[in-house]
Amino acid sequence: MASSLLSSLAPSAPLHLQDHVKQANMSLGTSKRISILSGKDFTNGKCFSRTSMTIAFNASRFNNITMAPPDPILGVSEAFRADSNEMKLNLGVGAYRTEKLQPYVLNVVKKAETLMLERGENKEYLPIEGLAAFNKVTAELLFGSDNTVIQQQRVATVQGLSGTGSLRLAAALIERYFPGSKVLISSPTWGNHKNIFNDARVPWSEYRYYNPKTVGLDFDGMLSDIKAASEGSFVLLHGCAHNPTGIDPTPEQWERIADVIQEKYHIPFFDVAYQGFASGSLDKDASSVRMFSARGMELLVAQSYSKNLGLYAERVGAINITCSSSDAATRVKSQLKRLARPMYSNPPIHGAKIVANIVGNPELFGEWKQEMEMMAGRIKSVRQKLFDSMCAKDDSGKDWSFILKQIGMFSFTGLNTAQSENMINKWHVYMTKDGRISLAGLSSAKCEYLADAIIDSCHNVI
Amino acid sequence: MMMSKGDISASPTDRRLTTLATHLQSSPMDSADQSLHVSPTSASVFHHLVQAPEDPILGVTVAYNKDPSRVKLNLGVGAYRTEEGKPLVLNVVRKAEQMLVNDSSRVKEYLPIVGLADFNKLSAKLILGADSPAIRENRVTTVQCLSGTGSLRVGGEFLARHYHQRTIYIPVPTWGNHPKVFGLAGLSVKTYRYYDPATRGLDFQGLVEDLGSAPSGAIVLLHACAHNPTGVDPTTQQWEQIRKLMRSKALLPFFDSAYQGFASGNLDSDAQPVRMFVADGGECLVAQSYAKNLGLYGERVGALSIVCRTADVAGRVESQLKLVIRPMYSNPPIHGASIVGTILKDSSMFQEWTIELKTMADRIISMRHQLLDALHARGTPGDWSHIIKQIGMFTFTGLNSEQVAFMTKEYHIYMTSDGRISMAGLSTKTVPHLADAMHAAVTKMG
Repeated sequence: MASSLLSSLAPSAPLHLQDHVKQANMSLGTSKRISILSGKDFTNGKCFSRTSMTIAFNASRFNNITMAPPDPILGVSEAFRADSNEMKLNLGVGAYRTEKLQPYVLNVVKKAETLMLERGENKEYLPIEGLAAFNKVTAELLFGSDNTVIQQQRVATVQGLSGTGSLRLAAALIERYFPGSKVLISSPTWGNHKNIFNDARVPWSEYRYYNPKTVGLDFDGMLSDIKAASEGSFVLLHGCAHNPTGIDPTPEQWERIADVIQEKYHIPFFDVAYQGFASGSLDKDASSVRMFSARGMELLVAQSYSKNLGLYAERVGAINITCSSSDAATRVKSQLKRLARPMYSNPPIHGAKIVANIVGNPELFGEWKQEMEMMAGRIKSVRQKLFDSMCAKDDSGKDWSFILKQIGMFSFTGLNTAQSENMINKWHVYMTKDGRISLAGLSSAKCEYLADAIIDSCHNVI
Repeated sequence: MMMSKGDISASPTDRRLTTLATHLQSSPMDSADQSLHVSPTSASVFHHLVQAPEDPILGVTVAYNKDPSRVKLNLGVGAYRTEEGKPLVLNVVRKAEQMLVNDSSRVKEYLPIVGLADFNKLSAKLILGADSPAIRENRVTTVQCLSGTGSLRVGGEFLARHYHQRTIYIPVPTWGNHPKVFGLAGLSVKTYRYYDPATRGLDFQGLVEDLGSAPSGAIVLLHACAHNPTGVDPTTQQWEQIRKLMRSKALLPFFDSAYQGFASGNLDSDAQPVRMFVADGGECLVAQSYAKNLGLYGERVGALSIVCRTADVAGRVESQLKLVIRPMYSNPPIHGASIVGTILKDSSMFQEWTIELKTMADRIISMRHQLLDALHARGTPGDWSHIIKQIGMFTFTGLNSEQVAFMTKEYHIYMTSDGRISMAGLSTKTVPHLADAMHAAVTKMG
C-alpha cells in the first residue's frame, strides 16, 4: 500500500498530485502519512530510521515559542471590545472620537480622496524616499516654508510609516552611524519608544521628566540627567503634547533645555505626533522644533499625520533630519534610503497623496486648520468639563488643576497600577496601567461618570 | 577660530570654540540673526556619512528619468506597462476603490498589528488553496505586511529571534534586495547554485548538491514561480525532488511569491509548488505580494503566512510576529489591503481579476515571441530561445555588464547590469529598438 502510493506521487501532474495526497490523508492518520513520505527515496542514498524521522517531522520547529503578552496600549482596545458592560468607556489608545464617541474621518480628507479618484492617478512605486510633493509640504509644515533650513536645502526628509516607522528609520541610522551612542528618553514616555530602540539595537537610558508629587515637570531632574549623559547623546523630546503625561515645558524651559543640549553636543531628536492637536495651532505646536532649528542645531524630527489628519491606518509620516549643510543632508538622505529598502522597499502611496493634496492646496489647507481647531477645541472643552466635575464631586481638597494644565490628547491622572486596574475592573473605564487616559475618547456626557471613577480609585484604592 | 572648509574632522575643542563664537556674535533670542551666523563649514555630526549609491534596481528608473532622449526605454523595475507604455491600474481595482470611497461608513482607525482580518484569511486561501488542510486545521497564521519586502523582512526577523538555525540559503542569482533584507533581519546568508549560464536553465545537479550539504534545519528561500531575475523555474518533477530532499534534511522552506498568476496566467497553477510542500503536512513560510498581480505596487500590500504543525503553535507564532511588527511600524496600511479584500471576497470581481491578469500575462508572452522574431530577423548571432522558455515578467538575456552599459549609452535602454530586462516594459512599437540595441551589443562587443 505504502509503496504504491509513493510511486504514484512522484511523476504526476499537479492536480493528480493533490488528489493522491488527499487520498493518503483520508486513509491514514497524520503521523502515518508523514512517515510514509519520509521513510524512503532519498536522492543522496542515505537512509534514516523510520522512527526518528517520524519524531523529527512530528515536532514543530517552533515548539519552544512562548505566547507573547498583548501590547499594553493596543491590548486595551482589545479588552474594551470584549467587555459587554453598557457603561464601558475606552480611554486607551489615542484615537480621536467625536462627542458621540465615533471615529472621525476629516471632511477635508474625504474631499482629497474623491479628487484623487476622479483624477485616476496610478499606483506606481514611489521612490524609496517617498512622494516628493509630500516630503516638500511636510518639511515646510514642520519648519515653516520661510525657514532658513528649507531655503538652504539642509533638511533630509524621507516619508516613513507614520511616527513609528520614522522613529525606526532614525534608530537604524543611529545604530549604523553612531554605534554606541545612547538615546535619552523621558521617564515616562510612549510605551513603544523602548521597543523601537531595543529592536534597532540602540542603547537608551532615561532622564527624569514626570514628578508624581507635583503631577508636573521635574525640570531640574531633566536638565541634570541630560547634562550627566556622555557627550553626543541623542535626546528624545516630545515636540508638543507629551505622551503619556500631557506635560510640556514652557517656552523658557525649552530654551534652557536647548542650552544644555548644545553645551553637551547632544543631538535633539523630536517626536512630533501631535502638531496642531496640542494648542489647535499648527505653527504654535511647532515652536519648540523651530526654536532649536533657529539656533542652528542639527535635529532629527519624526513626524506623524495619524492624529492631526486622522490618517491613523494609512501610516503616513516622515523622518526629517536637518544638517549644517545641504551636502550633508543629501548624504544623510541617501543613507536613510539604504535602510528603508531592506525594510519595506518604498512607502505606501495613498496617505502621502492625501497629505500632499491637502497641505499643498491653500483652500483645503484652510479647511484642515478649521477641522483641527475643532478637534483640539473639543478636547480642551472636555478637559474643562472633567475638571469642573472633579471639583464639584471631590471634597478632599486635592488639586485637580493638572487636568487643565496638561495639553493634548492624554492626561496623566497620577493613578497607580492598582488604581488603574480598579478603573478597568470596577468602572469599565479602559486605560493604560500607567495612569494615562485619552481625553480624545471622552465625551462631555461621560465626564461625570469618569469623575466618579477617578475619585473612587484615587481615594479608595491604595 | 573659523575652521577651514576641508576640515570635517573637527575636534571637540574646535566645536566648542565655534559654538562660543556663534553665541558671542548674537543674542540667543534673536533667531533671524542667529541663523545667519551659522557657519556653513561648522562640522556636521553627520560628516562621516558618505553618499550611498542608488539602489541597483530602483536606481535604473532614477537614471531613466534623467535621460532626455525620446527613444529611451525603461526595462529596469518589474512594473507592468500597457501596449501604449503606460502604467496600468486594473479596472477591478478602480471599481473596488470607488466602492471604498463611496462607503460613508468606512473609517481610518488603526488596523490590528496583524492587519485586516478578512484580507489575511483570503490571502492564505489564495496561495494555499481554499481547501487546504492547513487552513481547515487552523495551522496557518497570516499577517498583513508591506508587500513582498515587508513580508520577507518580518519573516526573517521572526526566524532570527525564534528559530534555532539562523542561516538562510538563497539561490544564485536572486532578487538584489534579498541578501540585504535577510542580513538586516539578523540571518546569515549563504547561497545555493541555481542558474546555469551554459544552458541558460536550471543547474539542478548543483542545487541538489548544495541543499544536500546544507546543515539540517537551515532555511531555504524558494521563488514560488517566475524566478527573479532568471525566469527559470523547476519542473513539477524537479519541485517534487526538491521537496523530498528538503523534508529529509528538515530544511525550512521560505517561499517568495511575488508573481502568482503572472507566470502561467493561472493563479492555481502558479501556486502548485507552495501547495505541494504544504500538502505533506510540513511547515513553511510564504511571503506574498500583490504589487504585480493586482498592480498595487505603491500601496504596499502583501502577507506573510507561516504554516505550522499545530493550531497551538500557530497562535504562539502569531503573538511573536506582533512583537516584531509593533516596533517597526506598529500596524500596516489599510488602503491596499481593503482593495484586495473587496476583490477577493466578491466572486464576480475575482473573476474579472483573473481575466485582467491573464491579459497581462498573455501580453508579456507575446512580447517574448516578438523579441525573438525580431532577433531572428536581424540574424543576431547566438541562441535566443531562452527568451520564450523563461517564465514571468523578466528575461535573463545573458548579456554581460559591458554590453548592458553599451545599450544604455548608445540606445538609451535602461535595465539592470545583470542582463535582466522587464518584458512588461516592452511594446510592439519598442521591440524593434530593443532588438537593434541587442544586435549591436552582441555584434560589436562579442
